[in-house]
Amino acid sequence: MEIMSVELDVFVGNTTIMDEEVYQFWLDGYTVSDAVKVRMEGGVLEECEASAEVLQSDTMDQYRTFQMCERLLHTPAKLANQLLFQIPPHRQAMLIERYYAFDSAFVREVLGKKLSKGTKKDLDDVSLKTGITLKSCRRQFDNFKRVFKVVEELKGPLVENIQTHFLLSDKLARDYAAIVFFANNRFETGKRKLQYLSFQDFAFCAGQLISNWTVGAVDNMVEDMDVDLDKEFLQDLKDLKILITDKDLLDQHKSLVCTALRGKTKVYSEMEANFKNLSRGLINIAAKLTNTKDVRDLFIDLVEKFIEPCRSDRWTAADMKLFLIHYTNSAHILDTFKHQVTWDRYMGVIKSCILKMYHD
Amino acid sequence: MPGKLKAKILAGRHLPVMDRASDLTDAFVEVKFGNTTFKTDVFPKSLNPQWNSEWFKFEVDDEDLQDEPLQITVLDHDTYSANDAIGKVYIDIDPLLSTEAATVISGWFPIYDTIHGIRGEISVLVKVELFSDSNRFRQSSCGVKFFCTPSIPRCYRLAAVHGFVEELVVNEDPEHQWIDRIRTPRASNEARQRLISLMSGELQRKIGLKVLEMGGNAVVGYLQCFDLEGESGLVVRAIGTACTLEKPGSLPPSAPSASPSMETKELLLSNNSSTLPPSYPVTVPSPGPSAPLKYQPFSSSSPKSCRHQSSCSDTDLSFVPKIAPPLPSHRFHPYPSSPAFSSEPLSSSAPSRLHWGAKRARGFATPTCLAMLRKTMSFSENLPLEASGIGSSGSSGKEGCSFKMPQKQVTPSALEQREFPFFTFTRFPPGFLLHVGGVVSARSVKLLDRIYNPDEPETRDAWWEEIRQEIKSHAKALGCHAVVGYSESTSICDEVCILSAAGTAAVLDPTLMQEGCLDDGGEHRLDEHSFLSCVFCHVPYDDFNSPFPAHLAQCCTCGRHKVPDVLFTTIELPREAKVSGKGCLIQARLCRLKKKAQGEASATAVSNLLPFMEYELHTQLMNKLKLRAMNALFGLRVQISLGENMVVGLASATGVYLNALPSPGGVQIAGKTPGDTAQEQHISNMQRKINDTIAGNKELYEINPLEVAEDVSGSPIPEPQRRPRLFRSVSESSTEVPELDLAYGRKDAFVLEIDDTDALEDMHSLLTDAPAPSGFYSCNTEVMPGIYSWTSAVQMFTSVRMFRLGNANLTNQGVNKAFNDLCEDLLKSLYFKVRSMVPCCLCHLNFSVAVPEEELVQVTVTAAAMTFDKDGSQEPNRTTPRENDEQLQFALELSTEPASPPTFSSRKGLPGGSETHVGARASSVDYGSFADRCSTLVELIKVKAQTMRRGSIKTISSLETGSPLLRDRSRSVRSTHSYSSNAVTVVKMTPLSFIPNTRIIKYLGIINMFFIRETSSLREEGGVSGFLHGFITEVFAMVRAHVAALGGNAVLSYQMKECVFMENPNKNQAQCLINVSGDAVILVRHTEPDP
Repeated sequence: MEIMSVELDVFVGNTTIMDEEVYQFWLDGYTVSDAVKVRMEGGVLEECEASAEVLQSDTMDQYRTFQMCERLLHTPAKLANQLLFQIPPHRQAMLIERYYAFDSAFVREVLGKKLSKGTKKDLDDVSLKTGITLKSCRRQFDNFKRVFKVVEELKGPLVENIQTHFLLSDKLARDYAAIVFFANNRFETGKRKLQYLSFQDFAFCAGQLISNWTVGAVDNMVEDMDVDLDKEFLQDLKDLKILITDKDLLDQHKSLVCTALRGKTKVYSEMEANFKNLSRGLINIAAKLTNTKDVRDLFIDLVEKFIEPCRSDRWTAADMKLFLIHYTNSAHILDTFKHQVTWDRYMGVIKSCILKMYHD
Repeated sequence: MPGKLKAKILAGRHLPVMDRASDLTDAFVEVKFGNTTFKTDVFPKSLNPQWNSEWFKFEVDDEDLQDEPLQITVLDHDTYSANDAIGKVYIDIDPLLSTEAATVISGWFPIYDTIHGIRGEISVLVKVELFSDSNRFRQSSCGVKFFCTPSIPRCYRLAAVHGFVEELVVNEDPEHQWIDRIRTPRASNEARQRLISLMSGELQRKIGLKVLEMGGNAVVGYLQCFDLEGESGLVVRAIGTACTLEKPGSLPPSAPSASPSMETKELLLSNNSSTLPPSYPVTVPSPGPSAPLKYQPFSSSSPKSCRHQSSCSDTDLSFVPKIAPPLPSHRFHPYPSSPAFSSEPLSSSAPSRLHWGAKRARGFATPTCLAMLRKTMSFSENLPLEASGIGSSGSSGKEGCSFKMPQKQVTPSALEQREFPFFTFTRFPPGFLLHVGGVVSARSVKLLDRIYNPDEPETRDAWWEEIRQEIKSHAKALGCHAVVGYSESTSICDEVCILSAAGTAAVLDPTLMQEGCLDDGGEHRLDEHSFLSCVFCHVPYDDFNSPFPAHLAQCCTCGRHKVPDVLFTTIELPREAKVSGKGCLIQARLCRLKKKAQGEASATAVSNLLPFMEYELHTQLMNKLKLRAMNALFGLRVQISLGENMVVGLASATGVYLNALPSPGGVQIAGKTPGDTAQEQHISNMQRKINDTIAGNKELYEINPLEVAEDVSGSPIPEPQRRPRLFRSVSESSTEVPELDLAYGRKDAFVLEIDDTDALEDMHSLLTDAPAPSGFYSCNTEVMPGIYSWTSAVQMFTSVRMFRLGNANLTNQGVNKAFNDLCEDLLKSLYFKVRSMVPCCLCHLNFSVAVPEEELVQVTVTAAAMTFDKDGSQEPNRTTPRENDEQLQFALELSTEPASPPTFSSRKGLPGGSETHVGARASSVDYGSFADRCSTLVELIKVKAQTMRRGSIKTISSLETGSPLLRDRSRSVRSTHSYSSNAVTVVKMTPLSFIPNTRIIKYLGIINMFFIRETSSLREEGGVSGFLHGFITEVFAMVRAHVAALGGNAVLSYQMKECVFMENPNKNQAQCLINVSGDAVILVRHTEPDP
């Protein structure tokens, strides 16, 4: 016989009490009752001699607190000087870091996509596909968008801007820089052939591109310096075509690499047979980067034109490394090749990216 | 023109967007004091405006300075339409009026709107320049210090206690004025907030005037409440204890700018008592009776024997010095129960007692049903006193005098001239409290009518005077001349109002009432009382001559005096008291249905119900106490709350086992119908369960009374020449052992008779009262008796729950169970919430219950979760920092005193054998105090190590840098432009009057804030829970901001005095009123030097 019902149930501490476990449930978009279920299975009940009602009340209460805090988390700098909640600094850092943390499965789905309302509408598909709750997908998407909007118009280094405005750890700030960079340049990452790549692979590549190919790599006080690729550099890349269009250069280049690699790799013959194709592949990618469309296809091109042929020839990672080092360095010895600076700037990034991307 | 108030508006931040088009705000500020208003320039298009205004100067009377708050309104400038208000800040400038409190108010304040809540923050600087006032007939009382703390504030020394001060002011409630029909809810709320702020200021000023007249300079234990009487008006009332406080360093008592002649005229003034209504019927004899008394043999001999025990002959010892002069028995009607509850458990059987209770209640109700049904229920220890008891007060007052005669004094003691010898203290300086009689309480049911003339609140005054008179006479009946731990409260439903007052009848050392007494008489007094941990338990009345059957036993500690078998009090456990094991929270809960009725009929129903409720609450408390194998309650607070169709009673107290009191016997249950085998079987089961529960509780609370009982002679007396007598008392007590045993056997007869299912149910609920989960303790006193090694980790919280009783056919039993479950569940939730703090104690658990609507029960709890060192608690150390503090406070007196030996021995917590060892060595006093100091050091190191292990260094460091923190603040004032750089000051809040392991550097003034919040989008704000959650969070934030602006880092004696919640879900509306108070202070770690 239930003769009473709880109308109101509130707990407020002078120091705001926040349970990290419940916070994670909230971030993950669990409903209160789901969170209670999981907590009950977690054994917190026996530990504290509590009942299911106690858990329910506590979870509800914490959810409310998080909801009230959420507004502040949108501008993390406010959290430090707001008066509403008394939260010790290390707890504040935890709250922010966790709020801006994202699932790698989710980010793979939206990486390189335009952070627009259209994308947001498709989030229920993403949710279905990844098994991440829609609520959590939305939070993560909104975080990406918010960071993007804030840093979009700022001068100075991207990672630093993200850190000062969102008080994130260095690692997380770098990840966000990658997300912003990918979103801005709309790199294609969703193709089936790219599915084997993790977010961390892309984040690494983004880091390489940001520090070598953007405007900021040359001048560090312009707007969007770390988001936009250096147009002049992209233009210069056309000059590299000479390496494949000039028959002599191509042969010279091939023989230099072959000399260096002979006896050092088991796939020598395959490499020798394929050299011209591979070289053409890499240089054609470079030459086309002036087109925005081709910039977007950078990673798919790298996979199709270079990684896949090597993989089918069963190159090992060591083979790949050896080849790329000598392929890059040999170009310096070609006396008629005058574009050494552009070549290094291009190949430095391509080499690191391919090495990162060359795995199963 | 005695004062100049200066205010400067520096900047704003986080302002709300007021202009949708630009997503920005054009903010400016209005600064208002009294009728003068200044404005800043508009700072266009910014959410973080920098006004940097000039100094706005208000030249005002100090009377206004006390009454009025500084009102700051932030607005959004609009060229075409009216300017929109963003929100307001009310700043109470009272703390700036005392030279010893804050000197400047400076900091970020949340901008508050009653509809939207906090909307950004504003940085403000406020200063006051006071000119000295030569006007003798002034109306202000600037400089009188107010403290919520119900004990002597820790960085002051008590020079004199002047006594009880009270005042009330009334007004029309703005929400019930005709104009309210045409104005916005916001305007109405703001009018109300402002009015209560004004009334609080006025009340404080008037109380301050009374204090000045009495020659004091401070009010301690200041408790201000407001009564929302609805149509009939708004009452703001306050009580407190007037004192003269000194800074330990400064020798001359610093009466604030009051004419020095005031002090010398103190007697005269209090005789004439210009503050009292002249029409007041004085039942207390004026100085007259006391003058002849001092020639009586009694009065001269008893204080003497009491004061100089060392010089007394041995026969004096057997002649109990505290015995009251024989009272002519015809003056007292036979009391059915001993006032100290001793007879309660022994009186025959439950049904007959109940019958008696009913008869008594009826007998009481009819004759007092005088005009207008304004009748008064009165209780001493929950039992109705005969009306004639009041009549005897005059004469019994005379008897009381015999205790009060200080040997050296020729002038009559100030205490007995006082109209109401009440004290709002719950903790006392050493030697202040001589004996405790027991709880006295009085309730009165009144019908409210409109307050016609707000300037003469005579009716309300008269009501309270009536109640106070009753309290006083009850105290007298217990042979006590004073009431300590005194408090007053009300519960209102429609036109019916229950006024309640309660306190603990006590005998105090009268020398403290005199100015400067502490300097000459202090040492002697301490000498006598500080080493006897049991003195306060000794009954102040005499069982041989009292006609009522009092069940007194020989004191188990000294074996020389009578003690009651059970002691109930409203005060904190006295410092010198020795307890066995730990205490625990004990609650009696009761819900009774009542017929819905109007006016007089309703009042009659309530007053008929009250005696039953008091009786039942008391029975519950007693049963629960027995089940926990304890014998005393401290901090008892009984709340009766009135609703339309029910009355809810909630009694909370902290149970302990006092070594001085006899061990409680078991609980025996008996069936009414012998021969019924099924029932007998059931009863024997029940009996076994009860016995198991008691045994389990003894273990749980570590109660080892037997060891203590053996150690009757445990109190070592420092001087060697006292030794022989010490041994004598041992033999004395051993001869009395059979007697004690008899008493013990008798107590086993505490019989609970089970005659119907009701009783069975009750019994069941008693046994199912769940103990706290392991690692947790709870108490409603400041700290848990038996735990000594607190860390400085404090988490104050407020929790509110409201239940709707949904069933149409409610029964008493049903609602009772629902209410009981509500409280139990709430406690369970609280333990769960603070589980990371284990081992932990919920201290100062303050439950308050309300019946806001039909079938709704609201329970509000505020408490502090405090962590302690588990290892330390097993080896209780009496010299905890808090004790240290008080020892520091009374350093002058203590310097010539030996460390109190019983303290020492109990601290060691050794079994009886070792304790006699200590006793034998007791002559080497230095060793004791040395050991004390050593263990303090060890304790401190331990505590430190503990806190470091816990990794809570962050919070500590904020305290440890008490002085850098202040520096930070001043910097923040200068560099307001870079607002993002300065961190927010951490402000600790606690309902306790201290935080362990910290020292109070300065009291900055009283915090007394009243807020209203209203919403017409309840669902959007997360329903009632979301709404209230947000509001309480905001209230905490505003309290912290005000404390930080005063330069403080903590609020002590924090209380949420009112949390009135109303909802109308159909209209999607809700409204809540919250009133909070506390003392703003600067704290530093114990180990830190003063800044």
